[in-house]
Amino acid sequence: MTAMNWPVLYPEIWQLAMACVVLLADLFVTGAERSTTFWLTQFTVGVFAALHLVYFDAGATAYGMKGLVVVDPMGHLLAFFAALAVMVTLAYARPTLAARDMMKGEFYTLTLFVLLGISVMCSANHFLVVYLGLELMSLSLYALTALRRDHAVATEAAMKYFVLGALASGFLLYGLSMMYGATGSLEIPRVFEQIATGRINNEVLVFGLVFVVAGLAFKLGAAPFHMWVPDVYQGAPTAVTLLIGGAPKFAAFAITIRLLVEGMLGLAVDWQQMFIVLAVASLALGNIAAIAQRNLKRMLAYSTIAQMGFVVLGLSAGVVSGNTLSAGNAYSSAMFYIVSYVFTTLGTFGLIMYLSRQGFESEEIDDLAGLSQRSPWVAGAMTVFMFSLAGVPPMIGFFAKLSVIQALVSTNVTLYIVLAVVAVLFSLVGAFYYLRVVKVMWFDVPVQTAPIERSQGVAALLAANGLAVLVLGPFSGGLMAMCRDAIVRALAT
Amino acid sequence: MGLLSLAIWLPIAFGVLLLALGRDDNARPVRALALIGALVSLLATLPLITGFDRGTAAMQFVEKMPWIERFNLHYHLGVDGLSLWFVPLTAFITVVVIISAWEVITERVAQYMGAFLILSGLMIGVFCALDGMLFYVFFEATLIPMYIIIGVWGGPRRVYAAFKFFLYTLLGSLLMLVALVYLYFKSGGSFDILTWHKLPLSLPVQTLLFVAFFAAFSVKVPMWPVHTWLPDAHVEAPTGGSVVLAAIMLKLGAYGFLRFSMPIAPDAAREYDWVIIGLSLIAVLYIGLVALVQQDMKKLVAYSSIAHMGFVTLGFFIFNPLGVAGGIVQMVSHGFVSGAMFLCIGVLYDRVHSREIAAYGGVTNTMPKFAAFAVLFAMANAGLPGTAGFVGEWMVILGAVQHNFWIAALAATTLVFGAAYTLWMVKRVYFGDVANEHVRQLADINGREFLMLAILAAAVLAMGLYPKPFTDVMDASVTELLRHVAAPKLN
Repeated sequence: MTAMNWPVLYPEIWQLAMACVVLLADLFVTGAERSTTFWLTQFTVGVFAALHLVYFDAGATAYGMKGLVVVDPMGHLLAFFAALAVMVTLAYARPTLAARDMMKGEFYTLTLFVLLGISVMCSANHFLVVYLGLELMSLSLYALTALRRDHAVATEAAMKYFVLGALASGFLLYGLSMMYGATGSLEIPRVFEQIATGRINNEVLVFGLVFVVAGLAFKLGAAPFHMWVPDVYQGAPTAVTLLIGGAPKFAAFAITIRLLVEGMLGLAVDWQQMFIVLAVASLALGNIAAIAQRNLKRMLAYSTIAQMGFVVLGLSAGVVSGNTLSAGNAYSSAMFYIVSYVFTTLGTFGLIMYLSRQGFESEEIDDLAGLSQRSPWVAGAMTVFMFSLAGVPPMIGFFAKLSVIQALVSTNVTLYIVLAVVAVLFSLVGAFYYLRVVKVMWFDVPVQTAPIERSQGVAALLAANGLAVLVLGPFSGGLMAMCRDAIVRALAT
Repeated sequence: MGLLSLAIWLPIAFGVLLLALGRDDNARPVRALALIGALVSLLATLPLITGFDRGTAAMQFVEKMPWIERFNLHYHLGVDGLSLWFVPLTAFITVVVIISAWEVITERVAQYMGAFLILSGLMIGVFCALDGMLFYVFFEATLIPMYIIIGVWGGPRRVYAAFKFFLYTLLGSLLMLVALVYLYFKSGGSFDILTWHKLPLSLPVQTLLFVAFFAAFSVKVPMWPVHTWLPDAHVEAPTGGSVVLAAIMLKLGAYGFLRFSMPIAPDAAREYDWVIIGLSLIAVLYIGLVALVQQDMKKLVAYSSIAHMGFVTLGFFIFNPLGVAGGIVQMVSHGFVSGAMFLCIGVLYDRVHSREIAAYGGVTNTMPKFAAFAVLFAMANAGLPGTAGFVGEWMVILGAVQHNFWIAALAATTLVFGAAYTLWMVKRVYFGDVANEHVRQLADINGREFLMLAILAAAVLAMGLYPKPFTDVMDASVTELLRHVAAPKLN
């Protein structure tokens, strides 16, 4: 624990160095397409992902920076998925950015810093490292949201995001400082040990915990801390929305596990109750508010809130009457849920960008009218995404819901079984607005008649994404096993 | 690859191929490929009938492979006497549907045909699945193509009907999902349906499971009072959609009672049999009366379907061999008869573009060949001896007499109501003088329509005149099921 152990940090060091290289290299790139910057960024993220995958495969748990960071399979897996999500995001975003005069070097550099922040959070073993990673990611995202600074809606979204995000970070920091005050340590394993002794004043701990949970709920976008989600999703340029809606979810999940499970499992009774409230509120608010939306991005934002309700529900079932036997089951189900959710969401926003063109954003649900007649393949892909989000088999979203419901029911506690029923009933409400998108695409007559500006690369990626969501459902065994393996190892240390 | 896998995946593969290659500007090869796909799929199911061992109640043609190890899921298929007939029936109805759509569907032909072929494979999957989650996946996945079929090729209120269909069915199945996961937990981590059959459960647990399964299957059957989605879906769906809905999809629910509710929660099933019997009788009596007053032919047949399915559930829950076997026979025969009734309405609708009874009159004068078929199917729907419709109803009534005379007496009124609403419709549509100019200009059925009605007529008569091969197959399984249900399974 006392060594610097540099090798465990090679991916992050690579990422940091390359972010600087990309920043500098972009100064010499002149073409409007910025192909060099794009490919250099993709290469950077690709190597980063590959490194994490190799480390995950090795399966070792190690500490670096004198115990400030921990690298374990869970961190590697989440960082790998985040990197993959970023690569997909960049590929989807490229034509749209080029068409909107947003193809600037900053986009790529900031994206690399977002990913670096995510990666730092995934391997944090110390309260300050958590905060450091969080701020690195968040500040980059605020700047990205405001990338079109002459665009009123985008700047408004950036302001809201910044103010509320800063507030959330403040909550988190305040909560962590209470924890520090009570336990005398900022290192997550020390905090865990201190709480386990049972000699700490419980009131101070729970007081701090409330703030920590509130901060985390902000970052996850769970109700009632969801206010920023719809405005930011709608207001940000779609490319940035995709970035916000994708990779950062892994980071939020990672710090939730690091702080609450690895650090404060002793307080599980308390934070699980809060999580149950968050989950039910998110499911109810997200699903019901989404029905009223006409803007597709805003609808997907509310749907995100509802989906996060499921994740939080999975997290709340880890410790049952003081017993942690079902913890691996519960947390890995939540992790699998978030993975399947992110890759479905990437497809939906990618599709919105694919349909947009110069001067037309294709953000309203009605803009999809009759899409199946204009392009059956694109409509087919969107149909797959919508049914996956609605949790209809055989899409991957169904298996994600199944794993969370299974985690809840396996506790054999009446409360959790009732929660499972509540969750499935709300997903029935959710099915309505996802079905409506399918209805607009298949049953309505086209309003937009302009041909879709085809970009072969993006079309191929969309097809691959749709196919993955469809086929990875029935063949999700491997992915589930990976998540479970990662969580079990993280819990073991 | 096993026979059952072939029966499931062949139509799906053809359907995907059609979606991938289909071009709307050239529909001929698309139709031909669809027909070839449906015929090949039907042929692939025939060895199941010839190779089936009638002497045993065990699962046959079993295939079992690990699927998702995290949940101990298996790709586990098999058929017994309860499910065997539905596999070829589904493939057969798909062939008929493809033929019926030949010239009628002119828009997005490839998608239409593809959707029906995929739907066919999924429904066969439901009947073959022996893993609870595999069953659920197939059961739910059938909603997607049907939703698209109703919504894209349906009538004026198709959007409303498609949503109602989807959400209604989803509500029921979601509760079943929780029940399946609970059984998985209770059985110590198994989704195997046959393991669940043997699992001892306390009465409160059985009751909850029974309620959850009831929610899923009663909506699908549909039973009164959760039947309201069916008339809407039937009226708005294109002809092929109505045929598949009535002939196969309703059977998924009834089959669920046989495979899940009765064997997994037998004590609850015996405890609450009066609920099912009561609802079934309401379906037979009340819905029969509702059918009588319908102005729309499709609605009339839709309500008559609910009444006939009431017979099926009644047969199951009087717990004797005649009743259960009669219920299954009724499922198969209703598949032929209701499918044929909807096809007949489709034939008229394609010509006149109206389903109102009042828009017709004296059709026999202008379409004699067609009227002959239509009257035959109407008779079968009314339960005339010698047609398929009679066998099942008669067996269920006989079974009901053994159970309780008054239940049988009430159920037998269906022969009166069924005859009343069907024959009154026949009288108003087919007989009498030519009512209007539209009817005068009607052209009789062409070769394609003759073919599809003729093969259905052959099936209806064959089943009515010599039902023994159908019932022989079921005997062992029905006996075993009843023995199982009669034994207490409490812990």
